Amino acid sequence: MTSAAQTSPAPASGQSSLLDVHRLRTHFELRQWGFLRAGTVHAVDDVSFQLNAGEAVAIVGESGCGKSSLARTLLGLYRPTSGTVRFAGESLSDLRGGALKAYRARVGYVQQDPYGALPPFLDIRRILAEPLIVHGIRNRQEQERRIDAALEEVGLTPATDTRGKFPHQLSGGQQQRVVIARALLLRPSMLIADEPVSMLDASVRVEILNLLHRVQQDHRLALIYITHDLSTVRHYVDRAMVMYGGKIVEQAPVEELLRHPLHPYTEALLGALGDPDPQNAGRFRAVPGGEPPSLVTPPAGCRFHPRCPIAQKGLCDSREPSTRTPRPNHPVDCWMRE
Amino acid sequence: MAGPPLLEIDDLRLGYATERGTVQAVDGVNLELRRNEALAVLGESGCGKSSLAKALLRTLPRNAYPPTGQVRLDGRDVLGLSEERFRREVRWVRIALVMQAAMNALNPVVRVGDQVAEPLRIHRGFSRRAALQRAAEAFAEVGIAGAFLRRYPHELSGGMRQRAVLAMALVTEPDVVVLDEPTSALDVLTQAAIMNVLKRIKQERGISFVLITHDIATSSEIADRVALMYAGQVVEEASAQAFFTEPAHPYSQRLMASVPRLDQDQPPAAIPGRPPNLLDPPHGCRFADRCPERFDRCSEPPPATTLKGRHNVRCWLHSKSRGATT
Repeated sequence: MTSAAQTSPAPASGQSSLLDVHRLRTHFELRQWGFLRAGTVHAVDDVSFQLNAGEAVAIVGESGCGKSSLARTLLGLYRPTSGTVRFAGESLSDLRGGALKAYRARVGYVQQDPYGALPPFLDIRRILAEPLIVHGIRNRQEQERRIDAALEEVGLTPATDTRGKFPHQLSGGQQQRVVIARALLLRPSMLIADEPVSMLDASVRVEILNLLHRVQQDHRLALIYITHDLSTVRHYVDRAMVMYGGKIVEQAPVEELLRHPLHPYTEALLGALGDPDPQNAGRFRAVPGGEPPSLVTPPAGCRFHPRCPIAQKGLCDSREPSTRTPRPNHPVDCWMRE
Repeated sequence: MAGPPLLEIDDLRLGYATERGTVQAVDGVNLELRRNEALAVLGESGCGKSSLAKALLRTLPRNAYPPTGQVRLDGRDVLGLSEERFRREVRWVRIALVMQAAMNALNPVVRVGDQVAEPLRIHRGFSRRAALQRAAEAFAEVGIAGAFLRRYPHELSGGMRQRAVLAMALVTEPDVVVLDEPTSALDVLTQAAIMNVLKRIKQERGISFVLITHDIATSSEIADRVALMYAGQVVEEASAQAFFTEPAHPYSQRLMASVPRLDQDQPPAAIPGRPPNLLDPPHGCRFADRCPERFDRCSEPPPATTLKGRHNVRCWLHSKSRGATT
């Protein structure tokens, strides 16, 4: 019943971590006609991990694996069903009113769809003033100063060119820069970026990833980068966690994970990914059959077993795998790895 | 390989009327596709690649001006055909389309099987029963169980819907299938599974594909040839081997370097700047503004130059007259 991350690498310096997620569950009730209970979505199911100040981690998984629900729980947008989220020593579920507001100022959020994240009828100055107003910075000059600084930091220079524009007048990449500027305005100590580049063009993707990496380094931010694309984690984060069926099934430092994937699901993800190579055209890729599991009725035992090429009958299909650490700093939930 | 190519696009031009003037989305594109060949048309949003696909199928929006140039199928121009003849003789009969976001292109209130069978009934005059029979075969070919013929789209997963749309394009046995971003909204594993299906169909059926995509890695999964578009023009066109291993155009090189790779130790590098506004594109090379190798000649339109083999590039660096003064 443990999950890979419970044995996650201890904070290097020995001090307590910035974010401590312990056996977190976020479930949603499904109701028919608004009141009949029709089942439970186990979106986040027993997830534990720690994140140090200034550390960047990726959460990798396919749609429906629970990664966005996890992000939204960490942002305080969903109430966890059980388990705890501690941020700088304080439990998120104990925060109310002003304390919750202060927490939200310390955690920046970068959404997937920049256009959807920016109100279309407000200009950029007004959009960026909003969090400042909410958090009590009402002095107009102070607002201007912070807005301009944020816009210049994300490369929208000179800020005066961007301030008066509306979101639709900006390209997708510029919109995402505005979203990042907004996330930085209140000087957070952690940033949660949920698929920040999946809606953008290839060359713009790299710009935005580089930008996120730069601000993360400059401000020593803790970063949670959520993605479905393993190829974008290298160079940008220190550690990656692989999520499947609401659980974290494997985590390791990025280079270690890419070189020595242990979970068969991670192996499958890596095997399905191609670098641009003319040889690809003649090659069929090994892809596990089937579909990602239902989070309403997840499979018994290991959630990957119905698709797993090495699943063992009588074990993987009935007993949930425990966490083991076959390689240092590299916990995995798989019966077949020792 | 004698005879004309299966599909030839000759100086295709296409513009859209907008409030601020004409957007020249496709500006003098020349391409050819041979039998059993897969051509990837690569490019970023707004480069004109989807407009090109729509021009091939004649599914352009109302504000598009009629395209000029030629699109020849087996040597015969089909761009000049009347709409009625195009519908009867070309669309879905010889060229079929897998639309962008095809997962959402299915009619939610019609059973999937009937939708996949529809082109046969319309274009080939099949009875409903015979058409459904063929739809079942097409389902098997793309790897969906026949039982799903009777399901509605919402009962299928995203990957299955994508397969169903692919079956719809294959069912009339066209010569060319145009795939417009066929996997961009799908998960990694689903994407790989769909690419496997396409590879198998290409091997077994000898169908030619035009793959429109912004995803360089995906294009390498199936392409025999690659055409890279930038600001409405094809800037480089080559065999996949040549394009992926020795791209000639500075834009191709930088685009390749911007792809995050698993096997490379240096981080990907972004391309500074943005594509030009197609309301008023620059007179010279359209990439010149962002090109670190530009020189004075680049203020004039670069000529198309053929390197060894069928490797065409539109760049002054490769032109024989690069040093000539004007």
